[in-house]
Amino acid sequence: MKRLNTGGAAIDRSQEISFRWNGKRTSGFAGDTIVSALAGSGIDVFSRSMKYHRPRGVMTADFWDPNCSFQVGDEPNVRGAHRLISDAIDVSAQNVWPSLERDFMAVNSLVGRFLTAGFYYKTFMAPSRLWPVYEKVLAKFAPGGTVDWKSEPGLYTSSYLHPDVVVVGGGPAGLSAATAAAREGAEVLVVEHDHGVGGHLRWGTDSDRAVATELEGEALAAGVQILTDSTATGWYEGAWLAINQRTVPTAGVVEKLIRCRAKTTVLAPGLMERPYVFAGNDMVGVMLAGAARRLVNLYGVLPGERAVVFTANAEGELAAADLEAAGASVTLVDARTGATLHSAEGSRNRLEKVVFGDGTEIEADLLVTSTGWTAPTSLANMAGDKPEYDDATARFFPTERLESASAGHVMATGGLAGDGSLEQLLVHGADTGRAAAARALTARNQMRAATARADRSMVSEVPDAEKPAALGRQPHLAMFRAETHGLVDFSEDIGSKDLLGAATEGFDSVELLKRFSTVTMGPTQGKLSTVNSVAVLAEHHGQTIGEVGTTVWRPPFAPISLGALAGHNFAPHRGSSIQSWHESNAMVPLHAGQWVRPDHYGDPQGEAANVRSNVGIIDVTPLGKLDLKGANVPDLLELIYVNKWRKLAIGAVRYGVMVGEDGIVMDDGVTAHLGEDHYLMTTTSSGAASVWEWIENWLQTERPEWDVVVTPVTTAYTSINVAGPNSRELIARLCADVELTESAFPYMNVRTGTVAGVADCIMWRIGFTGELSYEIHVPAGYGRHVWDALLADGADLGVRAFGVEGQRILRLEKGHFIVGQDTDALTRAVSAGIGGLVKLDKADTIGKPELAWAAERSDAPQLVTVLTDDGSQLPSEASQILGPDRSDGRPNILGRITSSRMSPALGRSICLAQVHPSVAGAGSRLSVLLIDGSRIGAVVHDHHAFVDPEGERMYTDEETSIEQQSRGRANTRRGGPAGFASPVHAPGSLATVSITDETNTAKIVMRSATSSLDIDFGTSRRDGDTLLVGSRPGEWMAFGPLSKAGELTEALRPGPDSKTIDLTHGRAMLRVSGEASRDLLSHVCNVDFADDFTPDGAAFGAYVAGVMCDLVRDDVDGATSYLIHCDRSFGHWLSETLGDLAGRVV
Amino acid sequence: MLLVPCPNCGPRDAGDFRHSGESISRPDPSSATPAQWREYLFLRNNAADWRVETWYCRACRTWFSTERHTMTNRFRTPPVDVLEQRGES
Repeated sequence: MKRLNTGGAAIDRSQEISFRWNGKRTSGFAGDTIVSALAGSGIDVFSRSMKYHRPRGVMTADFWDPNCSFQVGDEPNVRGAHRLISDAIDVSAQNVWPSLERDFMAVNSLVGRFLTAGFYYKTFMAPSRLWPVYEKVLAKFAPGGTVDWKSEPGLYTSSYLHPDVVVVGGGPAGLSAATAAAREGAEVLVVEHDHGVGGHLRWGTDSDRAVATELEGEALAAGVQILTDSTATGWYEGAWLAINQRTVPTAGVVEKLIRCRAKTTVLAPGLMERPYVFAGNDMVGVMLAGAARRLVNLYGVLPGERAVVFTANAEGELAAADLEAAGASVTLVDARTGATLHSAEGSRNRLEKVVFGDGTEIEADLLVTSTGWTAPTSLANMAGDKPEYDDATARFFPTERLESASAGHVMATGGLAGDGSLEQLLVHGADTGRAAAARALTARNQMRAATARADRSMVSEVPDAEKPAALGRQPHLAMFRAETHGLVDFSEDIGSKDLLGAATEGFDSVELLKRFSTVTMGPTQGKLSTVNSVAVLAEHHGQTIGEVGTTVWRPPFAPISLGALAGHNFAPHRGSSIQSWHESNAMVPLHAGQWVRPDHYGDPQGEAANVRSNVGIIDVTPLGKLDLKGANVPDLLELIYVNKWRKLAIGAVRYGVMVGEDGIVMDDGVTAHLGEDHYLMTTTSSGAASVWEWIENWLQTERPEWDVVVTPVTTAYTSINVAGPNSRELIARLCADVELTESAFPYMNVRTGTVAGVADCIMWRIGFTGELSYEIHVPAGYGRHVWDALLADGADLGVRAFGVEGQRILRLEKGHFIVGQDTDALTRAVSAGIGGLVKLDKADTIGKPELAWAAERSDAPQLVTVLTDDGSQLPSEASQILGPDRSDGRPNILGRITSSRMSPALGRSICLAQVHPSVAGAGSRLSVLLIDGSRIGAVVHDHHAFVDPEGERMYTDEETSIEQQSRGRANTRRGGPAGFASPVHAPGSLATVSITDETNTAKIVMRSATSSLDIDFGTSRRDGDTLLVGSRPGEWMAFGPLSKAGELTEALRPGPDSKTIDLTHGRAMLRVSGEASRDLLSHVCNVDFADDFTPDGAAFGAYVAGVMCDLVRDDVDGATSYLIHCDRSFGHWLSETLGDLAGRVV
Repeated sequence: MLLVPCPNCGPRDAGDFRHSGESISRPDPSSATPAQWREYLFLRNNAADWRVETWYCRACRTWFSTERHTMTNRFRTPPVDVLEQRGES
């Protein structure tokens, strides 16, 4: 091969680019692919074949070329005939050792007759103990490049697009369809696999390309968006098209995955050339007509001087003309006149002569074949069609099912749909585009009318355009295999002989044949080989291709990089308002779901011990908190907890356990009766979200008549547990308006008061740690202020922060279980030791029958406290507890350790365990199996608590009440809070987008079942500095300056059953504005932000970077702007993520 | 990704929802036999046909029933039995 002096539409000869090929410097021109650049410098061997290691040259000269995969720098398996060269890239051949020119594994070709289909399965099956050895040897035969584990990670992004019409394929029919659809008013996206649009016109003559340029210009003028070097890799449920964009215009982004949901999809992928099966068809110098035309017309490379063109269609004639014009001597042999091809022959797998069926031999260095077309029906298959084979044209066509399965929203045009002149293809494309636009616009109207803010009666149908007249079909010779045998699958080195052998062995259905022989399973994904392999099987059976059928086309259409699939990974993190203190105080983080919590600060044992001796404070903000309001809250509590709630007095707190309908323990926590018809429920940290949805489910589906509203307020409060003998003194120093004596504020009670100058703190006395303790729920904007005050004022009392680990030690010393740790998916209430809590004399309670049946049985495992005989032994959690061996000598498992820790109070190990009832009695002897296989003795403890079994530490003597003066100090020394703190970390104004913090806003929510404000769900109304939002059905929100919180609350009282909750502290809020704000949000949110779907004032809930947020489009002075608010704990992560993304992708 | 018709928000990606499967009615807990209760907990028709399902839309926090054909993934909302009650079918 050599570079011509002229020609090459894709290259710019004025720009030379140098790069490395197998370690040597070489060069090409801007616009060259790696292969065209190498071919231009005279190279014609690019790889060794997978199995036989035969030298291989160009076959298709495009993305699908099976012979041109390279290692480029740290990237393996790069499509060298598609990837453009760039400055200084380092390209090397794969699957060769020691080099491309001398490859030792080429000895395989000498023993090729033994390497038939199934060779590896049969040869390396037995003895199975040798498999590890076989595996090592076979791994060396595996093709492909090498992965560099140390390579720098690149940025792969993803985004959502919602066009009306997407056209897959930018050939003449596709462009024509796109332009026609856009002219009808549709928003249109064209996805083109290649580097430029035009389809077959692109690698044609200059006048062909002029037509393509004109079509592209018309499309762009009509407003069509065109993505090049982008592949629609799969069509999924709900018309979800995955598009892999390999060349992304944004600097620094390696690849992008676009999740595109168009209303109507037009498939216009054109046709692919099919190789011909004959002896020597994989020789260097044998290529398809399209390859020759691409090399000559796009890159100015002459693939051979003495060419033979064997053709059965016009494409071969065009290739012959192109080659001749480029200076080659060409012999054109036309199969339509009866000529047959016998073989290609040469030495060292390099073409020297072509032999025909009549014995004629022609010396040649280039054999071009053009013997048939393969329809890339993949997306049609994925959309529900089963394309049918047409004998006359020798290719598959989509059927009527394509439209019926997609309700008319997937259509085909271009070569996939039929044959015709350029003019006919353009007309068919335009007709298809118009029909697609009509259907898409009707669907768009329907979708818009279904959204919350729309007037649902306003569905306007766009009249369906006339159905395009079908394209004709040009008869074509059915040519698959010559009289000789050759390769069918070039990437897997599988020949027609191998396939016939496999079929003879009994693997004679397409699916079996594919899996046994691995035909079509290589990197070209069967694009070149599927139809030929079916044809060989049809030959075996004496059937037609239609009768044999084909394998299922599955995604991806083209191989996709793992980076693009992984995309930009959004893993939201939650933090409390004290997070910054934890981080600067040597927090060892504990990742609990999305929460990042302090496990400890370096000394969990010391932290726990300090709680017993002085006072400790722990951040328990992740505890789920639900605000419950309404007359039927006691009914709800009785339903979802196993115990009773009607008599819980105002000011009291009670512990409750929830079970599922199957009677399995689901969650636990305390609930406080704050005021008339007003309760605050806490759940476990991990159960917060699911308990909330669970309660909503019961209220909405089973008890819709109840007057209860549930509002999650988990991070509206910063929750701090103050525990230890000095806790009362510490609280007293900071709180003046709550009487703290034992009689005035007893155990299991709740009070609301001012702590360190912060009003409306909810305090309750509970005892998870077993110490006198107060859990303070501080409005979150002031959480850090109260935390700092506790540390400052408690210094002389020995105050010290403790983490989750310290709390776990303390609760274990007290024998308290943790749902999910000491219970599992089979643990019923009775097993958890709370059988006494269960009250069945209620009208209804969740899981009632199961609770009743469980109480009748005596075989349930029991949760017990356990002490090992040797207190220095610490059995790991999940260690098994064994009884005497069974009669058959096997171990008899009686239970397991569920929690174990060293106890600082006792100076020895302590455990909780679930055991069989036969060994649950106090004093029962147990044998614990350790990880090392040894068994140690243990005994069931005689009380459920190890420390303070009588619970005396949780109370104080009435007489030792706090001195009034010490309480007074709180008022004099403490001012109010330093200021309302926000978790948002906003970067402010960037080039085209600004992200600002608006957390400092009053946010009031109101819910009512019967009365409403005159603002519809999904809309909002701005009135100066306040914004009223119809946030959900039966829910409204008001935003305004902090000083107007009271006013806003008043404004939200339309009727007697309306209930307002102040979420000012519970929500982080940020504003995204600017011309690129929509583009930024389309990277992280699946909502269609088009003006008619999301007009100014629109309000909706949606995931933003994986965080469920509420959004309001709230334009400022006519400029696009979005207000986003979310649970406060996500505020920091979300603002940093959006800021980072804004700096990189828009 | 499946496009689920939320009665409030309109069609949205299935990822915005929680799917709680085939809708089932709860037997009276005070009189249910073990067999009835086990059926309620564990047995579903799982028909290759239209079936009424329960979904939860996290955007509008609404639990709702809709009908989905398990072979084609088509939806029809509201379910036909609701239409029958209203005399619309």
